[in-house]
Amino acid sequence: MSTYVLGLITNRLGSAALTLLIVSFAVFFATAMLPGDTATILLGQAATPEAVAGLRAAMHLDEPAFFRFARWLFGLLQGDFGTSYVNNVPVAELIGARFVNTMRLAGIVTLFAVPLSLTLGITAAMFRGSVYDRVVTILTIGVISVPEFMIATSAVLLFSVYLKWLPALSFATDVDSFWQVLKIYAMPVITLTFVVSAQMIRMTRAAVIDTIKTPYVEAAILKGASRRRAVLIHALPNAVGPIANAIALSLSYLVGGVIIVETIFNYPGIAKLMVDGVSTRDLPLIQSCAIIFCVGYLALITFADVVAILANPRVR
Amino acid sequence: MTTSTTMPRGARYRFSWIGMIGFAIILFWAIIAFLAPHIIPYPVGEIVDEDYFGPMSSKLLLGSDYLGRDMLSRIIMGARYTVGISLAAVCLACFSGAAFGMAAAVIGGWFDTILSRFLDALNSIPSKLSGLVIAAAVGSSLPVLIIMLGVIYIPGAYRFARSLAVNVNTMDYITVARTRGEGIPYVVFSEILPNIIGPLLADFGIRFVFIVLLLSGLSFLGLGVQPPYADWGALVHENIGGLPFGAPAVIVPSLAIASLTISVNLLIDNLPKKIRDRSA
Repeated sequence: MSTYVLGLITNRLGSAALTLLIVSFAVFFATAMLPGDTATILLGQAATPEAVAGLRAAMHLDEPAFFRFARWLFGLLQGDFGTSYVNNVPVAELIGARFVNTMRLAGIVTLFAVPLSLTLGITAAMFRGSVYDRVVTILTIGVISVPEFMIATSAVLLFSVYLKWLPALSFATDVDSFWQVLKIYAMPVITLTFVVSAQMIRMTRAAVIDTIKTPYVEAAILKGASRRRAVLIHALPNAVGPIANAIALSLSYLVGGVIIVETIFNYPGIAKLMVDGVSTRDLPLIQSCAIIFCVGYLALITFADVVAILANPRVR
Repeated sequence: MTTSTTMPRGARYRFSWIGMIGFAIILFWAIIAFLAPHIIPYPVGEIVDEDYFGPMSSKLLLGSDYLGRDMLSRIIMGARYTVGISLAAVCLACFSGAAFGMAAAVIGGWFDTILSRFLDALNSIPSKLSGLVIAAAVGSSLPVLIIMLGVIYIPGAYRFARSLAVNVNTMDYITVARTRGEGIPYVVFSEILPNIIGPLLADFGIRFVFIVLLLSGLSFLGLGVQPPYADWGALVHENIGGLPFGAPAVIVPSLAIASLTISVNLLIDNLPKKIRDRSA
């Protein structure tokens, strides 16, 4: 790997770090502009002025906002997420197990969505303009244009109301058998796979079509290679970079999807925790969850960029 | 008069029939939203069915909701909130985004660098997440929702307008205008804007879809439009209990959202190349 590529990648990582700083700044100040005094809200209307003043001092609320931001950011860097306003438990404790749940859901979805989308995306590009391609394109546009909750509710209607295969909106906590685990994960995974795959199929198809348009693929077809051979042997190896880029970018749609899916299926992950936090206005919890999601999202996007750099032979 | 052109007008802007269908459905919802209070069969708050989650019938065309209120009336009124809020927000996002984007391209230098850096960073916050954080911080009254949805999509509109304007900015006629001594507002609005207005309008439509989806998603979580008002997302939220029975009260609002967003996408995908293309 040349120093030039290393420079490019360091540049990407540096800009991701700067972006994260700006994002955490935005998240902090968006939540800090909450009207009303936090100490008064926490203690209620009946609190004595002395108690409010004491709490304000203890929470460092008297300091300028910028110092509070710096303190909060350093806490985050050391793994201190603050204490929940609502039940006085360290936020890290609340998030812990639920973070694993969300990652597990995301992992399973990735496992299903990637092979499915690659197959559909590449074949659609191979038979571009055919009826098959048009059906795939129309379906993906359809899925992209409707809200995630509509896909979730349609899945419930189909699989539990009409077909009666799966339980409706409930997340059972008693899990004894593999079969039950399967039943619990089925609906959230189906919904998220739809949401993510639609994006991935579109991007994969576009990436392969871009490569098919290049002169060397044209030359391969003129040489007498079949359409299939031209795509699989000549075009595909050169489209690996853009496809990997497309996969990482589409996986970032998991962030939005997971918020809806965890809420509708009552799945105990961090997105559900955050939505509950919003209704109780538990700011430290919301800030921490928001930062976790932003880090995940940025990591995927930066990873996509780095892959694109590495896969481009002209830079390498 | 356009008779001086050699081609008939129809040949220059030919809309495909799929685009026309999309346009017709958008127009339909726009008229419904505009006339809503005059065409609802029952007042939105009135309980007209003794049963809840009632089926479709000749009296209640789309059934009744979780309290036994007429679903058709609620969807007609919901069109006002979904279409109205989204339209106001998309105007805010696109007008300010495009103005800043064009200004950044023309002014360049530090102004461009800092603004681009900052807005790109904001763009890397997932939209639903920004929605949740802002809803938690300042609540979700109707004006707050409009401003919030608009602000969330400013960075995207900015980026799109800037990338178009940067290309136009290198043209000779811009140099001529600058040499003539024209100020920045003139260059932006009289030289650059007319040359990129087509793609900007297409972007307006796409961003409208994003905003409708985000607004519906937030309302579905119960964090968007608050009772007594209800947009289509909120209608799904309040009637979600009817899902196990397959009640029309859950399905119809979702279909309404889908019909609007898919139509906008169809219209934009089938716009004449002349309007849609960046090179136009």
